Amino acid sequence: MSQRQITFEILRYDPETETEPRFQAYCVPCEEEWVVLDALNYIKDTLDGTLNYRWSCHMAVCGSCGMMINGEPMLSCKAFIRDLPAGTIKVEPLYHFPIERDLVVVLDDFMDKLESVKPYVIPKKQRPIEDGPYKQTPKQLHQYQQYSMCINCLLCYAACPQYGLTPEFIGPAALALTHRYNLDSRDKGRRQRQEVVATHEGVWECSFVGACSEVCPKDVDPAGAIQQMKIASTADWYLEHLMPWRRS
Amino acid sequence: MSRNPYVREVPRTTWYMRNNRYIRYMLREVSCVFIGLYAASLTVGLVRLAQGDNEWTHYLNGISSPTGILFSLLAFGFACYHSITWFNVTPRAMRIPKGDGFVPGPAIVSAHYIIWAVVSLVFLLMMGVL
Ligand code: SF4
Ligand code: FES
Repeated sequence: MSQRQITFEILRYDPETETEPRFQAYCVPCEEEWVVLDALNYIKDTLDGTLNYRWSCHMAVCGSCGMMINGEPMLSCKAFIRDLPAGTIKVEPLYHFPIERDLVVVLDDFMDKLESVKPYVIPKKQRPIEDGPYKQTPKQLHQYQQYSMCINCLLCYAACPQYGLTPEFIGPAALALTHRYNLDSRDKGRRQRQEVVATHEGVWECSFVGACSEVCPKDVDPAGAIQQMKIASTADWYLEHLMPWRRS
Repeated sequence: MSRNPYVREVPRTTWYMRNNRYIRYMLREVSCVFIGLYAASLTVGLVRLAQGDNEWTHYLNGISSPTGILFSLLAFGFACYHSITWFNVTPRAMRIPKGDGFVPGPAIVSAHYIIWAVVSLVFLLMMGVL
């Protein structure tokens, strides 16, 4: 097994003793099959136990290890070191989020936004448990499946320049999840969600840069979801104004 | 333990220099300036045509000068860039149901190119170029 010495420049920030972040370099003997997260674990275990970062599954499922690697938002457990350009590897916390400590960012803003779009099935009428589950055909599942693959890793928010410039923007993942529930045959909550998403801070803040979809590790394509919602919201507007009687 | 989150400001005027993705996006946005200028030049052409022979010849000389041709080429380049990048993303904005799934993306993109070609042909025929 071949080993390479690689320098990692990691953005550190200690909110108790520092006023701003600084880079700290670590030289790590990396194995061929390592991902960036392995190098971080090596640093924490053998070089510097004070380094803070989030991770859990090490298999691109939990969505907690997102960070900027050489300026690009990536899951550190999916970023193979051998695939990165030779030389120093720069690791920073996800852009556009406040830094809590080292590579850990503050997620409160996203959590509030996620909650605001009601990301759960809102049935027309609650059925008693005895009536059994809400059934769905494979075709109905297919309508929203792609948008249900989101792991809340927030790479898309770190990639989105609109979110960086206008933090009120609901943002890619929360909007993709809105779309996911709107498209669900068991759900009748679209109108409630429209109050939040068919607004300036909702879909209309998006100018289709498309960066979110390019960085998404799960091929959710939030940008596509947002454009589809823009079209549907525009159709709503026309229907409402041209055929007011249709509004129930 | 005290909390004191550190906020990194996004540079307001130079944010798009951060990566190629943003630069490509800005190029697409800027393309509208050239397309707008081209449309303005066409409108001026119409006015000149209405003003008479002399003005019209003057206008034609203007647009066929090296600067005029350079501008047309530039506007054409930007128009193509805008259309191509736009066509390529259309399948993501419109999902057309078909059977259990959706019409495949390449079919939607191709349809856009075919419509583009047909409309261009009709215009060229109407203008007597073909
Ligand atoms: S949409 Fe993709 S990039 Fe965004 S949070 Fe979900 S999985 Fe991550
Ligand atoms: S550690 Fe779970 S997604 Fe990377």
